[in-house]
This record gives sequence, C-alpha cells and structure tokens, in this order.
Amino acid sequence: MKTASRILGTAFFLEGFEVQDAPRYGAERRGAPISAYVRASHREIKERGIIRDPSLVIVADETLVPMPAAGVFLGLSAQTMLLIHSREAPEVWRDRLNVEGPIRTLSPPGEDRDRLAWRHIGTVCAAAGARLVGVVSREALAASLKQELAGLNAASLEENLDHARWAYDLMEPGQGRVAPGRWLSAEAFPRPEWVDLQYEDARVAAPAIHAAMTSEQVETGLWRTRRPVIDPAHCKRCWWLCSTYCPDSAIRVDESGRPQIDYAHCKGCMVCVAQCPNHAIDMIPERVEPNAAMAGKDS
Amino acid sequence: MREMLTGNGAAAWGARLAEVEYLPAFPITPQTEIIETIAKWIDFGECNCRIVMLDSEHSMITAAGAAATTGVRTFTATSSQGLLYGMEMLYTVAGWRAPFVLVNVSRGLASPITLEPDHNDILAARDCGFLQLHCATCQEVLDSVLLAFRVAEDPRVRLPVIVNLDGFYLSFTREPVKVPSVQEVAGFLPPFDPQNQGFRAGTPFSQAVAVLGGTAYSYFRYQSHLAARNAEAVFTESAVLFNETFGRSYQAVETYCCDDAEVVFVMMGSFATKAKAAVDQLRAAGQAVGLLRPLLLRPFPAEAVRRALVGKRGVAIVDQNLSPGYGGILHSEFAANLYGCRDVNPVLVSFIGGLGGRDIGPEEFFEMVNITRAAVASGCIPPPRLLYTESELRDMRKWQSIALEHRSGGELQ
Repeated sequence: MKTASRILGTAFFLEGFEVQDAPRYGAERRGAPISAYVRASHREIKERGIIRDPSLVIVADETLVPMPAAGVFLGLSAQTMLLIHSREAPEVWRDRLNVEGPIRTLSPPGEDRDRLAWRHIGTVCAAAGARLVGVVSREALAASLKQELAGLNAASLEENLDHARWAYDLMEPGQGRVAPGRWLSAEAFPRPEWVDLQYEDARVAAPAIHAAMTSEQVETGLWRTRRPVIDPAHCKRCWWLCSTYCPDSAIRVDESGRPQIDYAHCKGCMVCVAQCPNHAIDMIPERVEPNAAMAGKDS
Repeated sequence: MREMLTGNGAAAWGARLAEVEYLPAFPITPQTEIIETIAKWIDFGECNCRIVMLDSEHSMITAAGAAATTGVRTFTATSSQGLLYGMEMLYTVAGWRAPFVLVNVSRGLASPITLEPDHNDILAARDCGFLQLHCATCQEVLDSVLLAFRVAEDPRVRLPVIVNLDGFYLSFTREPVKVPSVQEVAGFLPPFDPQNQGFRAGTPFSQAVAVLGGTAYSYFRYQSHLAARNAEAVFTESAVLFNETFGRSYQAVETYCCDDAEVVFVMMGSFATKAKAAVDQLRAAGQAVGLLRPLLLRPFPAEAVRRALVGKRGVAIVDQNLSPGYGGILHSEFAANLYGCRDVNPVLVSFIGGLGGRDIGPEEFFEMVNITRAAVASGCIPPPRLLYTESELRDMRKWQSIALEHRSGGELQ
C-alpha cells in the first residue's frame, strides 16, 4: 500500500500538484494492517498525517473491514467515495456497513479474474484511484509507475503497466467522481469533547496485560513466508526436540507421540527445521492455498 | 531539481550533499531508512563515505565524536531509545567540542513502547551540549543538515548539532523537495577546516582530560555554554548566506501570521504545519491568530522569541512532550524566558498534545484559541490541558477490559 500511495502521489506530482504521501503502520511484519495517505493540492499542503475527512478511501483487502486497527471507516462521510476490492456488489457493502457515500467495487468480469492477484493489487488500486479522482492522465500514471517501480525488471514493469491500464479503464464510468477535500471551518466546528483524566490505581494504569492466553487469539501464522512441513515417513517421534525448541510453542505432540505444527501460530522461523536430527522437517515457500485459512495471502 | 522525498530521504541527501566522509551507524525504526539510503549510495559509488556499523548507539556516538576531532566530516542518525542509549556519550562528545551532525528521528519513549513520534526523546537531550534544530517539513530537513554542518564547524562554535525530525509525519512522509546541486552546496558549505583541532597520530593530544576541584570543570562547561550562545548569531548569519545561495529563508524562530496576531500558537516540529493550516482557517474566520515555531531550540533564541511576542495577548503553547510532575517542557522554557519582561507579558496557556503520534485535529486548535482568549479576558489561567477526548477514553476502556480480564474481581472497573 505504501508503494500504491507513492504511485498515486508521483502521478499527481507529475501533473503539477503539490503532494504528500505517507504510510502508517504499527508492527513491521507480514499480515499487519497498513494504510497510506495521499494528499494533492494546487496550494501548499500544511495538513499532515491522518486524513480526517477523506475524499476517497480505497480498501485493498476486504478482510480489513472488521479489523479496528485498520481504521477503514475513520472519517467516512456522505462525500467520501469508498472503493473496495471485493466480489460482493456495492449494494451489499452499503447494506452491511450502512454508509451513505458512493461505493464502488474493484471486481473484474469473469475472464479478468487474474487482474486482482495480490502481487498487482497496489498498482491496480493506485490506477483505479487515479481514474476516479480524474485529474491524472494515462501518461502521468504510466510515467509514475516507471519511476516508482524502477527496481523491477522490464517484464514485471510491463505487467504492472498492463494492470494499471486495465484498472484505469475499468474505472472509466467513475472518472472524476471523487469530491474535492473539505476544510473544517473555524466559524462553526464541533467542540472537542476533552476529558480530564483522573488518577487511577497503578494496577489499572500501568501498561500491563493481565488476561491470560490473549496471544492465542492473534493468529500469527499470517506472518509466515516459509512453512515447515513434517514428513511422517522420516519422523522418529523424538517429540521432545522440535516441540521444546519451537520458540512459539506451536508444535504439539499427539497421543501417539507425533509432533503436529499449529499453523495458526507458527511464524515460520524454521528453528524446528534446523533442530530436527532426522531431517524430517522440510521448508517450503508459503503459497496461496484457498482451502487453508491460515495459509497466508501471498506467495 | 524538485523531487518527492521522505524526511529520511531528505536527511540522507543533506548528508550526501555535505559530502560527509564518515558515518558510524546503528539501525533503529524510524531512522533506519537514512543509513540504508546512504549505504546504497556508497555501494553504487555515488557517495565517497565510509560507513561502519557499530555495536550500539553508545559506540556510534563515540565513534562520531572521535572522527570529528580528527577533522573528518561526520554524520550519524538515531532515534528515541537509541538516542537515550547513547546519552552518556552525547554529553561526552559535546564536551570534546567535536563538531558533527546527528539526525534524530523523534519517536515516543518506552514505557509503553511505541513507534510513533513525540519530543520526549529529543528533549531528554536538551542539556547535553549539542545544538538542536527542529524541522517542520522534508525540505527543511535537507536544508537543516547543511545549515547544521556550517554552524557546527564554525570556529566560534565547534559543537555537535542534532537535527530533529518527527517519525512518520516526516520520516516516512514524502513531499516535494528541492535538491540543490553539489556545486551550489560547495559555495555554501566549504570543506571542514578543523584548524589546530584536527587530531593526527603524529601530533597526539589527549581529549577529555579528568579535572577535579571544580575550577577547571566550571571553566570548560561554561565555555561550552558560551559557544552555544555564539551559535545563534552564527546560525542567523549562515541562514542569510543560505538564502542568498538557495533562495530559501530560515529564521531561528519562524513566525507565521504573527505581526498583527492577538493569540499565537507555539509549537515545534512537523505538527506546527497542522497549526499553520488551523491558522489559515482561523484567519478566514476573521480571527487574528498566528504561529511561532522555534527552529532553533538550543541555543534558545530568547531575544527573537521575546521580540515576536511583543503586544501578543495570549499564547497557546502546545507541548508534544510531557515532563511528569511538571507538564510541558516548552511551556517552562517560554515562561522562564518571558519572566519579568514588562512589555512582553502575554497569558501563557499550556496544552499537552500529540503524545505518541496522537493526532491534533483542527477543531482542537480552534478550541485552544477559545480557551486562550477566555484566559486573556478573565486573567485566570487554566491548568495544563491534555488533548484527550471522551471517545479516546472509550477506546482505552475497551482495551483495558481485555487487558484486565480475570483480574481483581472487577473492583477497579
């Protein structure tokens, strides 16, 4: 998404706008939500950080919608266009989320399903956003992609350019439909509801998590880029080694003494692979496996 | 040439254009992109600099100070916990009078740990003897690195300088930045001439001698203070030359819409541009409001601040830091600076906001003006106000209900 914001940002810049683009994220790991902001104006941009009243919100992954940390809904108003990468229709999202503003979905016609592969989603979102805003030409978008994806080889760049053209064309009916940004008037504004924080006991007010097992609720298997796989033919059931050395306690041993990897929590550190004296644990790249919920989203 | 650069990229360009020769480094978020950028340039032969990865910020700052005393132009960068880890050596190398530039990318301090910015890290280093420049835009980051080298190396100063930029809001935020040419920069920043201070193996001397009894200690410490005091005039002089060379004007204290203002915001760093946006809206609504922003915090531009506040009725000081048991650090600096000035006695109202990257909304700026005006009218100064809303407290309660589950039988809820 950071790259997507840069593609869009540079495209605006090449069109002569003042621009600001910025990513925002917490944990720097796979699977963590990330958002990015782009501002473009013909005047100097003094605002920075969070966009409180966005003209356009692009959701690249619909699974972020129910995740509060992703903040998909922050600042959505009747003027905000919501573009969501989803096979569900805009009406479905309007009904589900009860939002007033215009909703569009990035959902390709049948033969174009590949267009929304994760590896292109940044490019596709940036290009779709550029068309919806309506002030970025096809040429500026292409020039921006060439600049921002300069590290890619020629074939990958061409593939991204092709996807960008596709997304730009797909959004043609919505060209220029994004409303310009608004500024809060200093004449009539909602007064901030500031509170006076009161002293609370340190048992509450120190940053500690007392509830047990909260980490089990976080499915850290999403972080994995490589997956350890136990080959039962070579496993000698010396269960103590792999299960003890796993730093995340993600290897359990069943009643027959066979180790089982808990893929919902295995982060793919490969300590078990190194540790197994029988070389019975293989390392394979993590790939999209539609039937395995915790398989991760990308290759 | 104008191009899209992050604050980190701008800092790296500043170092590159200053033709730094030595870069001791240690990674830390959100600074790492600076050293990565320069390391890449060194790899591609675009930068003739030696980069050495040290074992910690403590060693890194020691190495930077040692290199600077040999007359080598030295640059380094850190952030937050790293700056504090190296704290002992910040004081030490400033005492050596080793001129170099350290970029700090501000990030709130633990605990609890965060990645997002506030100014408690850089203000913890307020009294270490380094000069401090606080940047508000990516352009200013690049320009401040160049200015910082010129001021640091001036024979009237000879002190290290910290250039501060806010994590995320500048470090990872891209803005159009004018990158000057090497030739232009050469006209502004001549090669570092250490004069007789350059350490050479053939003419050894001892740095950092031990002194007892206080007489020598007081002398040396006070000399550092006098050098820092000199730095204000040297900064101003350098800024004039900078403007002549590059056409961008900087003052030790930036004033925005201040001349006829009744109420003035005081802020440091990148959040000050948010205040500027609020000033624009307030002006559009007919309110005489301005902004004052110290670019130079050490030395403290005392006279310039007083001059800018002549005739102002109220000042809203927004501290993006917190000194527990006191309040806002900038507030105490301003109150001390204005104490006893007969002709400059605005009402100072203290606000604490933006801790750990917490946003400050336009409606909050507007309300701060209302509160400051009310204080002016009543002569009654309210206690420091933490910018924290009911809805934030609701969020907090939700998280606490998860964190405190199974605990204490609910008696504290």
